[in-house]
Amino acid sequence: MAGQYPEWDQFEHGIWEREINVRDFIQKNYTPYDGDDSFLTGPTDATRQLWAQVMELSKQEREAGGVLDMDTRVISTITSHGPGYLNKELETIVGFQTDKPFKRALQPYGGIRMAVKACQENGYEVDPEIVEFFTVHRKTHNAGVFDAYTPEMRACRSSHIITGLPDAYGRGRIIGDYRRVALYGVDILIENKKDALNTTRTIMYSDVIREREEISEQIRALQELKKLGEIYGFDISRPAADVKEAIQWTYFGYLAAVKEQNGAAMSLGRTSTFLDIYAQRDLAAGKYTEEQIQEFVDHFIMKLRLIKFARTPEYNALFSGDPQWVTESIGGVGIDGRHMVTKMSFRYLHTLENLGTAPEPNLTVLWSTQLPMNFKRFCAKTSIQSSSIQYENDDLMRITHGDDYAIACCVSSMRVGKEMQFFGARANLAKCLLYAINGGVDEISKKQVGPKFRPITSEYLDYDEVMEKFQDMMKWLAKVYVNALNIIHYMHDKYCYERLQMALHDRRVTRWFATGIAGLSVVADSLSAIRYAKVKTIRDENGIVVDYEIEGDFPKYGNDDDRVDQMAAQLVHDFMGYVRGNHTYRNGIPTTSILTITSNVVYGKHTGSTPDGRKAGEPFAPGANPMHKRDTHGAVASLASVAKLPFKDAQDGISNTFSIIPDALGKSTQVFTGDLDVDLNLDEE
Amino acid sequence: MRESKLTGRIHSLESFGTVDGPGIRLVVFFQGCPMRCRYCHNPDTWAPDGGTEMTAEAIIREFEKNKAFYREGGITATGGEPLQQIAFLTELFTLAHQKGIHTCLDTSGILFHSQDPAVLERFDRLAAVTDLVLLDIKHMDPDEHRKLTGHDNTEILRFARYLEEKQVPVWIRHVVVPGITDGQEELTRLGDFIGGLGNLKALDVLPYHTMGEAKYKQLGIAYSLAGVPAMDREQAAACRKVILKALQARRRKDREENGKENREKPLTSGENAI
Repeated sequence: MAGQYPEWDQFEHGIWEREINVRDFIQKNYTPYDGDDSFLTGPTDATRQLWAQVMELSKQEREAGGVLDMDTRVISTITSHGPGYLNKELETIVGFQTDKPFKRALQPYGGIRMAVKACQENGYEVDPEIVEFFTVHRKTHNAGVFDAYTPEMRACRSSHIITGLPDAYGRGRIIGDYRRVALYGVDILIENKKDALNTTRTIMYSDVIREREEISEQIRALQELKKLGEIYGFDISRPAADVKEAIQWTYFGYLAAVKEQNGAAMSLGRTSTFLDIYAQRDLAAGKYTEEQIQEFVDHFIMKLRLIKFARTPEYNALFSGDPQWVTESIGGVGIDGRHMVTKMSFRYLHTLENLGTAPEPNLTVLWSTQLPMNFKRFCAKTSIQSSSIQYENDDLMRITHGDDYAIACCVSSMRVGKEMQFFGARANLAKCLLYAINGGVDEISKKQVGPKFRPITSEYLDYDEVMEKFQDMMKWLAKVYVNALNIIHYMHDKYCYERLQMALHDRRVTRWFATGIAGLSVVADSLSAIRYAKVKTIRDENGIVVDYEIEGDFPKYGNDDDRVDQMAAQLVHDFMGYVRGNHTYRNGIPTTSILTITSNVVYGKHTGSTPDGRKAGEPFAPGANPMHKRDTHGAVASLASVAKLPFKDAQDGISNTFSIIPDALGKSTQVFTGDLDVDLNLDEE
Repeated sequence: MRESKLTGRIHSLESFGTVDGPGIRLVVFFQGCPMRCRYCHNPDTWAPDGGTEMTAEAIIREFEKNKAFYREGGITATGGEPLQQIAFLTELFTLAHQKGIHTCLDTSGILFHSQDPAVLERFDRLAAVTDLVLLDIKHMDPDEHRKLTGHDNTEILRFARYLEEKQVPVWIRHVVVPGITDGQEELTRLGDFIGGLGNLKALDVLPYHTMGEAKYKQLGIAYSLAGVPAMDREQAAACRKVILKALQARRRKDREENGKENREKPLTSGENAI
């Protein structure tokens, strides 16, 4: 890398000039902001006008049944479409996935069946030639996976003991370091990758061959990225020269990723404090006003809100809607102790007021006790107004991931550009417990899905006996599950490689091998019921246990009661241990998550009655939540139970969905007058 | 520490109290109350012999277990009427203070006895370990107060004065019930009275709601306010304005009379009250 660029004028020097190192650039250059929100500006006329246009298109989309337009002939690539605009004159940040807003792209590499179905369900027909091409001539990820699946894996899939596997669609959960595009320009990035290609090992083991092919693909993707800039009239081969360009370059990086990949979560990263460095420089130089900078941010966020994918109704049912998970991580604290809140952190959150509230992008505050009070207040205020901010524990994650990590999807943390994740859906531990009781026979289909272990034959369940069998069954489940994921990620790399996103990663990447757990609180309460109450089995004519009767009371997870909370914690620890016991593709480091986002309803629907008193088909609690209405000691007790789950065994994240009526969160200023000494100005009427 | 044998009768604990004092608080519902306020929404705490026996240590343990949540908060004793178990209450607050925990008493002030030295001595001990009192003034008019609660309010108002004397900060609470406690005269009297309290830190106007009615049914107690509608928020806000106006008038008057502000310096930082 050749020293200085005019675009870097006035930036603090550092090793970031000699190697790709965005973190170093940020740490050397950012300005922590301790002030309040009074500097923020409202939407400009252009913003209002554009947003009105978006609202009108959204309305048309709703009226059209959820989809306004779909591509059926053009396969989406980084350069597949000409430029698209809402209103070219007014947009300060540009770029759409296709040639116009609200038109969903055709992305068949994850699986042609899914792409065809997504179109069909919305009344569109994919060009038959394309279907033929991806069926006969060019295999997709989905076809590859099913070529390799074992009958056991297929059985687990159809019985829903493992669900939501990314075997028919893009896995997502990879965050390209899109900031690199802005800081370095594409040419430097290409040089860097060429250097990587020239310095691979030289004996052609299969992993070396794979590395060389992947780097070549990455270089090709970067060249296409440059063309994407050209399509919109920008030369992004060089670094961005000001905040407007920095936002635009960053967005082009992200846009190229979503043009290539329809992933289950396409998150943005941690861009606000990075971009603030440019904003500070421009403000100081008088190049842009605060109002202009807010306008760029508003237009950027507007674009992120319009990211859309073609999906099927089943997919939407599994993920409770049609989420893109354009997660952006804001704030947090640096390892040198300085907080990382900047004015840009405020500007991002302020879009919720300027554009109105929206679930996307998923603005996520990396919360720390060390964040400045003014920012905390602003977050609280914006949360109250918009209900649209997600909070995550930076004090916990910083220990593992440092201060330049971001969240993919809802809780998966990874160092930006240095770590990626193999997304792994969830295993249904509640069903696993039922398999332990019924010797591997599915309680709904009555088929032998799991191994034919000896079932429990007693009328009343004995804790020790159940636990012993449950451990064996978890061990089996972890093995099938991890191996199914091995196939999935092998095939995804082969047929649907994220070349652009990986081009925005370091050469050597840490791969997290993510798994997940569903039904944690169901199992914890079931084990507690078996241990502390009496649980009677109810069998069908073939002796399969199909229901349970509980005699007596038992401690329930969610009440800060160690007797059951420790069971839940142990369960996470045990299952994670079994996951770790398996070989993982590309030496991925196993993690697990206990996530809220999805599937608790779908999982419950496919799971028979459980020993905690939950009836067949009833939903599970989401994520790590206690079961509905069983936490009776108030929110802190409920949260305390969840907080006992070991993060080191669930490093991919633990989430707890918490709903509360506003009045229960504190006093409204309408009826409460605090601090009377200050409030009462006696000299005014 | 040796565990005291003294136990209190506790109706329940709420681990996430956000409306009974500053911050997030562990709220301790004491069992037993001599008042029979017609709008009471916790009639299940009336009987003195219900609840679970707990030691102060056990309650503090519950607090300490989750103290990370309570950094800006503390413990609030409510009920029921905590003063009915004043010895236990004092022990609880003393122990809390030893651990540096903020203590808050939510009370009607009933059971105060300005003429009884033995009672006063007990209250002195309690006041010494109480950081904040949420004093619920049900009605300013003695007759109306009796009709509403079954008791006279003389000692309650004296209790307010007593707290001022002891320099214990107080938040005044007033439940506004349509047609009963929301009259202009009543609100003005209240504002005037509390305007004279130098230890006043906040005013909390509580709109009457009907959610307690179901509990009466469960307990088989007749609900004497049946048919009285819930107070709407706008009206409650208007009531607050009337009280504040009278409060200001009183303060102005006192200032003129005394040539200075008839107020003590704030005892605790006011920011707790936000």
